[in-house]
Amino acid sequence: MSLVSINFAYIVSAALFIFGLKMLSSPSTARRGNLLSALGMLLAIVATLLASGLSYGWIILGMGIGTVIGLVTAYKVEMTQMPEMVALFNGFGGISSLLLAWAEYHQYPQMSTFIAIVAFLSAFIGGVTFTGSMVAFGKLSGKISQKAVVFKGQHLINGAILVTAVIAAALFAVSPATGWGYTLFILIVLVALGFGVTSTLPIGGADMPVVISLLNSYSGLAACAAGFVISNNILIVAGALVGASGIILTRIMCKAMNRSLANVLFSGFGSAVKATEGDGPQGEVRPASAEDVYYILEAADSVAFVPGYGLAVAQAQHVTKELGDLLEANDTEVVYAIHPVAGRMPGHMNVLLAEANVPYDQLVEMDDINPRMDSIDVCVVIGANDVVNPAAIEDENSPIYGMPIIETFKAKTVIVLKRSMNPGFAGIQNALFFRPNTRMYFGDAKASIQALIAEFKDAD
Amino acid sequence: MEAVYLTLIFVLAIFLGFELISKVPSTLHTPLMSGSNAISGITLIGALASLKSEHLGFAIFLSTLAVVFATINVVGGYAVTNRMLEMFKKKVKGGAQ
Repeated sequence: MSLVSINFAYIVSAALFIFGLKMLSSPSTARRGNLLSALGMLLAIVATLLASGLSYGWIILGMGIGTVIGLVTAYKVEMTQMPEMVALFNGFGGISSLLLAWAEYHQYPQMSTFIAIVAFLSAFIGGVTFTGSMVAFGKLSGKISQKAVVFKGQHLINGAILVTAVIAAALFAVSPATGWGYTLFILIVLVALGFGVTSTLPIGGADMPVVISLLNSYSGLAACAAGFVISNNILIVAGALVGASGIILTRIMCKAMNRSLANVLFSGFGSAVKATEGDGPQGEVRPASAEDVYYILEAADSVAFVPGYGLAVAQAQHVTKELGDLLEANDTEVVYAIHPVAGRMPGHMNVLLAEANVPYDQLVEMDDINPRMDSIDVCVVIGANDVVNPAAIEDENSPIYGMPIIETFKAKTVIVLKRSMNPGFAGIQNALFFRPNTRMYFGDAKASIQALIAEFKDAD
Repeated sequence: MEAVYLTLIFVLAIFLGFELISKVPSTLHTPLMSGSNAISGITLIGALASLKSEHLGFAIFLSTLAVVFATINVVGGYAVTNRMLEMFKKKVKGGAQ
C-alpha cells in the first residue's frame, strides 16, 4: 500500500473515531459507537501493516502478547474495580508513547529542533502518565494508602523537578545527535517517571476522579506529541480528541467539587486525619432498625437512592436494585440520584448500577433531582457522605462550602446507611446526620439492605 | 511548513473534541473515559510503523515493547468499554412494574 492510500485510510479511521465519540452522547447508541471506534482502530492498524519493510516477526510477537493480556484483564475485571482498571490501561498508553519517542530518537538522532521538542514532550508526558497512573492504580486498588501523602518541601521538590526537565529539554533540543544529548534524554525520562509519582502521591482517594481524568488527558496528549515526532496525522487527531475529552472531564469534576484544579493537585486535601471535633454540627442522632426503615419505605410514594463510594466498597449494587424492584412492586416511584463525583471515577456509580440491571432512565443527575427534591418522600443515602452534606450550602466556614450537593435534606425523610459516625473524606462531620428528618440506619450497607429485603418479603 | 500543517490539524481536532465530549451525559462518563482511553492507544500505529526491518537491536526492543503496551491499551480498552456499555439497558415496559 502506498503512503498516500495509507493516509487516506487514516482519514477514514479518524472519521470513525469522531462518529464513535458522537454516538457516546446517548446510552442507546453508545455501544455501537464504541464498536465503530474500534473498527476505526482496526482499519488504521491494517493499513499500517500493509506498508512495506516492516519486521512482522516482532509485530506479531508484540501484538500477540498485548492482545492476550488486554483481553484477559478486560474480561476478568469486576465492575467495582473499573477505576483502577482504567488507570492501569491509561498508564500503558503513556509508557508506549514514551517508548515510541525513545525508539524514534534512538534510530534517528539527527532531529530538527522542532522534532526534538515534541520528542521531549512525548517522552515526558508519557512518563508522567505512566508512573502517575501506576500510583493512581495503587491507591484505587488499596495497594498503597488512599490518604494524601504530603511531606515538607513537596512543592519545592516538584518545582525543582519541573525546572530540571525544562532545562534538560532546552539543552537536548539544541544538540540531540550527540552523546551528551542522549544522556539528557535519559535524564528527561527518569525525571518524568519520578515526577509522575511525586505529583500523584499527595492526592487523596476521593479526589481520584479528577486525577484519572487528568491522566486520561495526558495520555492523549502524549500520543499527540508522538504523532508530531513521526509526522503521523492519525496520532495527532486521535490524541487531541482524547486530550480534549480528559480536559473536559477534569473541568466537570473540579466544578462538582467546587475546587480549582490547582487546589486538587497541590493542597493535599483529605490529609487531615483529625476531624475538627467540638465545633462541628452537634445534636441528637436518631438511629433506626430494619423494621423502622421498612415501615418508612413501605409507606413512601417516591424514593430516591443516593449512592456513594460506600456502595462500591460494600458491593451493594445488586441488593440495592433488588430493594428498588420490591419498592416498585409496591407502587413506589424509584430513582437513583447520582452526584458527578460519587465514587472514584467519573460515572462510577452509573456503571455499578447498570451492572445490577438498573435501567438508565432511572439514573438521575444531580441537577435534575434537586429541583424536585421537596416532592420526594424518602431519600436513602447509601455510602455517600460529603456529597450530601448540607454544610456545603449553609456553613460558610465549612471546607466544602459552595460545593454542589444532592439536597437530600429537603426530602421528607432521609435514611442514611452508614457503618459508623466516622466523618467522610473531607474530614468533617456531616450536618445531615443530625437533622430532625434524618434517621441513621447503622451497619454494613449490603447486610442492611438485605435485612430490608427480608422485611419486605416477610410482609408478603 | 509541515510543522504548521500538523499543528493546524491538532488545533482543529482539539476544538472538535471539546464539541463532541461536552454532549456526553454524566451517566456515560466511565465508558467515555475507558473508550477514549482505548483511542489513546493509537500510539500503536506509530509503534508498528517504527518496527522497520532495517532497524536493529535496541530500537527494535523499544518499539516491540511499545507495541505490547499499546496493544494492551487498545484491545483491553475497547473490550472493557464494550462490556460496560452492554449493561446499560432501557427500562423494559411491563417488566418490573
